[in-house]
Amino acid sequence: MNISFVLNGKSVRVEVEPATLLCDLLRDKLGLTGTHVGCDTSQCGACVVHVGESSVKSCTLLAVAVDGARVTTVEGLGTPEALHPMQIAFHENHGLQCGFCTPGMLMSSVEFARRHPSPTEEEVRHWLEGNLCRCTGYQNIVKSVLHGTAAMHAEGRA
Amino acid sequence: MASVIGIGARPLRKEDRRFLTGRGNYVADIKRPDMVAGVFVRSPHAHATVNSIDAATALGVPGVLAVVTGEDLKAGAVAGLPCGWGITGKDGLPMKEPPHPALAQGKVRHVGDPVAFVVAETLEQARVAAEAVAVDYGVLPAVVGVLEAIKDDAPLLFDEVPNNLCCDWALGDRAATDAAFRKAAHVARISLVNNRLVGNPMEPRAAIAEYNPATGQYTLWSTSQFPHVVRLLMGAFVLNIPQHLLRVVAPDVGGGFGVKQFHYAEEAVVTWTAAKIGRPIKWVCERSEGFVSDAQGRDHVTEAELALDENGKFLGLRVETIANIGGYISTFGPNIPTNLYGPLLAGVYTTPAIYCEVKVVFTNTVPVDAYRGAGRPEATFVLERLVDVAAGEMGIDRAEIRRRNMIPKEAYPYQTPVMVQYDSGDPKGCLEQALKASDWAGFPNRKAASAAKGKLRGIGLSTYVEACGLAPSRIAGRLGARGGLYESATVRVHPTGQVTVLIGTHNHGQGHETTYAQIVCEKLGVPFENIDVVFGDTDKVQFGMGTYGSRSLVVGGAALYKAAEKVILKGKKIAAHLLESSEQDIEFEAGEFKVAGTDRKKAFADIALAAYVPHDYPLEVLEPGLEKQAYYDPVNFTYPGGAHIAEVEIDPETCVVSLLNYTAVDDVGTVINPMIVEGQLHGGIVQGIGQALFENCIYDDISGQLLSGSFMDYCMPRADNLPRMSVATHSTPCAHTPMGVKGCGEVGTIGSPAAVANAVVDALAHLGVNHVDMPATANRLWRVIKSSSLLQAAE
Repeated sequence: MNISFVLNGKSVRVEVEPATLLCDLLRDKLGLTGTHVGCDTSQCGACVVHVGESSVKSCTLLAVAVDGARVTTVEGLGTPEALHPMQIAFHENHGLQCGFCTPGMLMSSVEFARRHPSPTEEEVRHWLEGNLCRCTGYQNIVKSVLHGTAAMHAEGRA
Repeated sequence: MASVIGIGARPLRKEDRRFLTGRGNYVADIKRPDMVAGVFVRSPHAHATVNSIDAATALGVPGVLAVVTGEDLKAGAVAGLPCGWGITGKDGLPMKEPPHPALAQGKVRHVGDPVAFVVAETLEQARVAAEAVAVDYGVLPAVVGVLEAIKDDAPLLFDEVPNNLCCDWALGDRAATDAAFRKAAHVARISLVNNRLVGNPMEPRAAIAEYNPATGQYTLWSTSQFPHVVRLLMGAFVLNIPQHLLRVVAPDVGGGFGVKQFHYAEEAVVTWTAAKIGRPIKWVCERSEGFVSDAQGRDHVTEAELALDENGKFLGLRVETIANIGGYISTFGPNIPTNLYGPLLAGVYTTPAIYCEVKVVFTNTVPVDAYRGAGRPEATFVLERLVDVAAGEMGIDRAEIRRRNMIPKEAYPYQTPVMVQYDSGDPKGCLEQALKASDWAGFPNRKAASAAKGKLRGIGLSTYVEACGLAPSRIAGRLGARGGLYESATVRVHPTGQVTVLIGTHNHGQGHETTYAQIVCEKLGVPFENIDVVFGDTDKVQFGMGTYGSRSLVVGGAALYKAAEKVILKGKKIAAHLLESSEQDIEFEAGEFKVAGTDRKKAFADIALAAYVPHDYPLEVLEPGLEKQAYYDPVNFTYPGGAHIAEVEIDPETCVVSLLNYTAVDDVGTVINPMIVEGQLHGGIVQGIGQALFENCIYDDISGQLLSGSFMDYCMPRADNLPRMSVATHSTPCAHTPMGVKGCGEVGTIGSPAAVANAVVDALAHLGVNHVDMPATANRLWRVIKSSSLLQAAE
């Protein structure tokens, strides 16, 4: 099937099998390997991307479902030269260790920040229950999200 | 020069940017030209004969290139997977070491045991073909629990291993311990289970292999914590590939925790098959596949008793443990419940006599090997639970009984009765600081406030010592290690003064690229941003034992320190020449070589340039270039330690445990980067909390099927079931590592399970509960509370 969508701000037209998952399309066909696959039961959240404004688990979405949509992956969030405020917050607060869960954490956190202008720590923790991290004990991730959320709103990036 | 970002500074991590922007390079991200896909066919049975394998239908599936079985490997002279650490039983005989074929030969011994490997043009084709491989199994009775496995009528995994007993091991002075018990005023006893865990790094394992027939060169990309060791084990023992023709690359690796520090069957099978078919092959483990093929952790059944005098002073400790090592011997399997367990049983106490016996037992389960902590959390759990039981029975305050038995700071170096000699430590300092930080004294008020809401509140304390940075090689060799335990580092100074470090440890989240740069910055005065660290590629890095057992900084960092010192020594010779002085008069400080007592000096970069552009250079006596390598073999383990305190609240209606507060005070020696150390402590603590409250790997007793085989069944700690932790360090420098550093990667996981379990038991103490096995799930607590209440009513 032929689908077209906007990926990280650029129009993409691509041929996919009906059973292809969005994460596999991104990783295998479009070369965007920042989106990770850490489980096979939609539990870990390493594969989270944005479809429109919503963070979704790309391992649980057929690629054909994004036909006509706007998709953002971690590669589209910021660049190595100009990091997104949430990426800066993760860097400054040591919110990552091995880096494998990080793309999904970032994408989930950005949607959280948009919805919660002044969140509590408990709200952050509740929102992140769909993203697993085995390295950080979440402590610095939670701290990063609180800082990143504040920065996004302060900079008008929410 | 730029300001030094050295030891004790908290620079942000150099490695972050690629991970934050999706530019990491994990094995599953790699594509090779003409690459095809591989899928393993795994046993659905826990124990069965493999009568025949019919691959005809699978080979007919479009796109299929090969179906490899154990018989093919045998015909190809592929050997079994080697064990890296053999142990010796109390009878003086070596452990039973049955073969561990990379693909099953004649028999399968656990669900997930690999039986065949299917390769096809696409992953989908390989999956379809894998389903079509027809294996005729003869199902046998399975045994998954150690108590059943050692019975005389238990099913035998290996005909040559009676009672499934791999080794009956012992440590300590039995007679002295028996004598201690004879004079005891009180004996405290405990029976406990240390629950089996699945390590679950977030990145599943993966391997890509290719072979170049023109050069004879093999390359394996693997999610490994120790690529050089994989090259050695796989090349020299399994596939018979000369070391110079085998390159192993472990690029960015998404967490290890021990799970990725073994040589796995898949690495050998993918490499062998890639050469056979002449195409690069990629295999990426699925999570459900990882649950039945990643080596697992813990799984002990233990009886222990502590002899005390009338003042609560420990006189003797006796421990009997049966440890499950699963269906085969994994790389370090037998070493974990023995050499990394028994010697830790002294903890931070002066117990004069200790005797420990460990039966290491095969069962029809996934092999058990090192998982973060590896033996040391198990030892700490036994000891710290037992101390609490003793305190309760003797009516002594739990902090006080520990104080009475702690090794005083002045008594270090301290020789324990179980082999190890602690070089440094201050257990009381850690304890008092933790008691204060957790407001231990204010607990009764908090407990009363919880009680007013109908909740049961408990507080628990655990002290611990860990032994990490395994060493020295000479002693490890006597204990059965089949390799060295040193580390190597090269400091390559470029003509322009920048530095590349090549090191044999592997960074998979620990922040080495930052920490090592701080060490070089401190030593050489080279700006932090001008230092890069290379690791994980056997073609780039000279040699190394990799990263495990909290060894990277204490062993690798020490090698790096030594290499940097060699650079300074050579730099002094060059500077002496340029400054027309004698070498003895040259001082090196803050990135400058100076003639002592004068203002004549040369910057580090000037010396580097002179070394590579040797126009004015003592070529008669000194080689050009500025690159130095060092190997470091430690003189002892390092012994971090500390005190952890957990506070929980249990809802008696739902029996759900809420962890409210967590306080850790750890002695990790000199801290290079406090930010990174805190991160290691956070992560380690939560893995221990996971064991105490959530995680449990369960097999069905009859069928041997894994019942907790996905993230839906195996409960990983999540952000919303954890409190904000308070971590702090109370450091005494290590007496024998160059910078005074001790390990910090595993301490959190070692101290935390007992602290949490002790808090849970404390919350239920009024019901007469003196032990609750882990994890303390609502289901388990409901049963405990119910039976205790019934007992109390009956009394």
